[in-house]
Amino acid sequence: MPIAVAPAPTPAARWRNIGLQALIAGLLLALLWWLIDATATNMRERGIRSGFDFLLEPAGFGIGESLLPFDSTDSVLWALAAGLANTLRVALPAILISTLFGTLVGLGRLSPNLLLRKLCGAYVEALRNVPLLLQLLAWYFIVTDLLPAASEALQLAPHVFLSKSGLSLPWLGGDGGLLNLPQRGAMNISGGAAMTPEYLALLLGLSFYTAAYVAETVRAGIAAVPRGQSEAALALGLTRLQNFRLVLLPQALRGIIPPLTNQHLSLTKNASLAVAIGYPELVSVANTTLNQTGRAAECIALIMAVYLILSLLTAWLSAWLERRSGRWADRS
Amino acid sequence: MRLPTIALTLLLFAHAPAHAGKTLDQVRQKAQLACGVSTGVIGFSAADSQGRWNGMDVDICRAIAAAVLNDPGKVKYVPLNAQQRFTALQSGEIDLLSRNTTWTLTRDASLGLHFTAVTYYDGQGFLVPKKLKITGAKQLKNAEICVQSGTTTEKNLGDWFKAQGIKVKPVVFEKFEASIKAFFSGRCQAYTTDASALAFIRSKEAPNPDDYVVLPELISKEPLGPVVRRGDDEWFAIVKWVIFALIEAEEYGITQANLEQMKSSPDPAIQRLLGGAEDSGKLLGLERDWAARAVKAVGNYGEIFQRNVGKDSPLKLPRGANALWNKGGLLYAPPVR
Repeated sequence: MPIAVAPAPTPAARWRNIGLQALIAGLLLALLWWLIDATATNMRERGIRSGFDFLLEPAGFGIGESLLPFDSTDSVLWALAAGLANTLRVALPAILISTLFGTLVGLGRLSPNLLLRKLCGAYVEALRNVPLLLQLLAWYFIVTDLLPAASEALQLAPHVFLSKSGLSLPWLGGDGGLLNLPQRGAMNISGGAAMTPEYLALLLGLSFYTAAYVAETVRAGIAAVPRGQSEAALALGLTRLQNFRLVLLPQALRGIIPPLTNQHLSLTKNASLAVAIGYPELVSVANTTLNQTGRAAECIALIMAVYLILSLLTAWLSAWLERRSGRWADRS
Repeated sequence: MRLPTIALTLLLFAHAPAHAGKTLDQVRQKAQLACGVSTGVIGFSAADSQGRWNGMDVDICRAIAAAVLNDPGKVKYVPLNAQQRFTALQSGEIDLLSRNTTWTLTRDASLGLHFTAVTYYDGQGFLVPKKLKITGAKQLKNAEICVQSGTTTEKNLGDWFKAQGIKVKPVVFEKFEASIKAFFSGRCQAYTTDASALAFIRSKEAPNPDDYVVLPELISKEPLGPVVRRGDDEWFAIVKWVIFALIEAEEYGITQANLEQMKSSPDPAIQRLLGGAEDSGKLLGLERDWAARAVKAVGNYGEIFQRNVGKDSPLKLPRGANALWNKGGLLYAPPVR
C-alpha cells in the first residue's frame, strides 16, 4: 500500500518551526510566572502569610488509620506522607483487583455463553452509569449498617474480629513481642492490623467501579484484532485457548495497555473521593491541614504536585510495559 | 466541589486587585452586602424550604445591612464550606464572613483577616451512646470518634487526648450528613463537635434521643465571630460596633418592640446609642440612626439568641457563657460614647 510521506522541510522552514515553538513555550512559561507572581504579590499585600514553612510544624491532629506510624506531634509533612501512603494503600490493591476482575468480565462479554455475556454486560452498564461517589456511600453504609457494634464483634477465628470497627487481624510487630494480637477491649477492639469499614468500602467501590471500564477496554482490545487472525489460527489447528494466548492476546495487549493506564490513573485520582466516607488519604489530610493553617494556595499546589508525580510515574510504568508487550508480540 | 475550590484559590488570588479601605463604598455602590455563611448549620446559618436564610450569623449580616444600607434584606448570602471561607473573604468575593468561625491566633495573625467580635462562646463536647455507660471524656480510651473535617475540632481532639495521655482514633468525614449517619449507625463510639450543635444533633438527628447523652466536659474554647479583610479599618470598625450596639441594646433593655418608645428615653446612654443626642454614626461613616436600624431589623443580642438558638428555637440552648456580663456571662461590649 502506498504511504504518503511529507517532503523534508527546507532549512528555513525548519528554523521557522523551531522559532515558533520556542515562542509558544516562552509565552506559556511567562503566563505561569505571571500567575504565580501575581498570586504571591496579592497575598503579600493583603497580609496573608505564604510559604511552605508550616510543613515542618507539628500537625496537631490525629489520623485514624495510618500505614506509617503517626502521632499528632509529628510534622505536617509527615502527616501528608501518611496520607499519601494511605492513598497508595488503597490504590495499588484496587488497581490489581479491578484489572483482574475487569479482564474476566471483559472476556465474559465475548463468551459464546449467552447468560454469561448478558450478565457481564449488565454489570458493566450498571456500574459505569452510577456516579462513583454514590457507589462509595452505598458500600460504606452497607458495611457499617450490616456489621455488629465493636462491643459485640464477631469472632471469626482466634484473634480475628469483624465489627463496625472493621476487620482486625493479628499482625507482626507491636508493643509486646513478635506478634501483635487484636484484643477485645471494654469498648473496642485494639491491637493487630485493622481494615476499617472506610478502607473496605473504598477498596470495594473503586475496584468494582473501575473493573467495569477495564472490562470494556479489554473487550474492545480483543474485538479490534481482525477476525481473520482467529480464523487462520483455528484453521491451522490451534485450540481455542492457544489461539487466545498466542494470537489474540499479544495483538490485543497493544491496544489495551494505553487505555488501561488511563483507568489506573483515574482510579488513583478517584481515591480522593474517600473524604466523603472518612478514609484519611492524601486529600483528606491536606484538607485538614488547609483548615488548620489556612494556607490554601500552598496545600492545593501540593496536592496537585503529588497527583502529577503519581500520574507521571504510572504513565512511565505503562510505557515500559507497552514496550515490553511489543517485544513479546514481535517474538511470538 | 474540589475543582471550584482550586479555581477560587488560584484565579481569585491572581486576578482581583487589592482594594483596601473601600468596602463601605463598594457595599453602598452595589446596594448589597455579600455575606459569607455556612452551607447549613441550624441556629447559625441555614436556608429554610423557601430558600430564606435564618440563624444568628445571618442576623448579624442583616443587622449590618440595616445599619449600612437601611435595609436588612439587601444581603447576598454566599454559602461556603470550611475550605473556601477564608479564600472567599481574602479575594473580595464577600464583604463579611459570618459563619461560625473560631477566633484563633493563626487565623487572626496570618491569613490577612481581622476577627471583629465574639458573637457566640462555644466549646467542643462529645455525644456518646448511653449503652456504653461512659460518664466522662477521659473514659474514651481507644475509642473511634466521628468528626466532620474543616473545623478546629480535629486539632482540639489531638491536643486534649494528647494531654490526657489517651489514644483515640478520629474518623474524619467531609460532610456533616455522612459524619452523623456513620455515628448513629454505630461506626464510632463518640461524636464530637461544638456543644451548640451537639444538642441539636441529639434531639433532631438521633433515632431515639434518649439513647444518647452529651458528656459534661468541654475540651476547648470556641469563640465564634464575624471576620473581615485586613487593610480596611473603617469597615472593621463598622462591623465591630454594630455587634457592640446589639449587645448594648440588650443591656439597656432596648428591644425590637419598644425601640420607638426608647427613642424618647431620658437616659443619655440610650440617647447616644439610638442617635438622639449625639451623632455616633458620623464617626463610623454611617447615618445617625445606624444602631436603631440594626435593632429594628433583628432585635437586640438577647432577642437574636433566643429566636435562633435559645428558648424560642428548636435548639433550646441556655444562655450560659453567652449571657451579659452583669448576668453571669461573658458578653461585654465597650460603651457607645
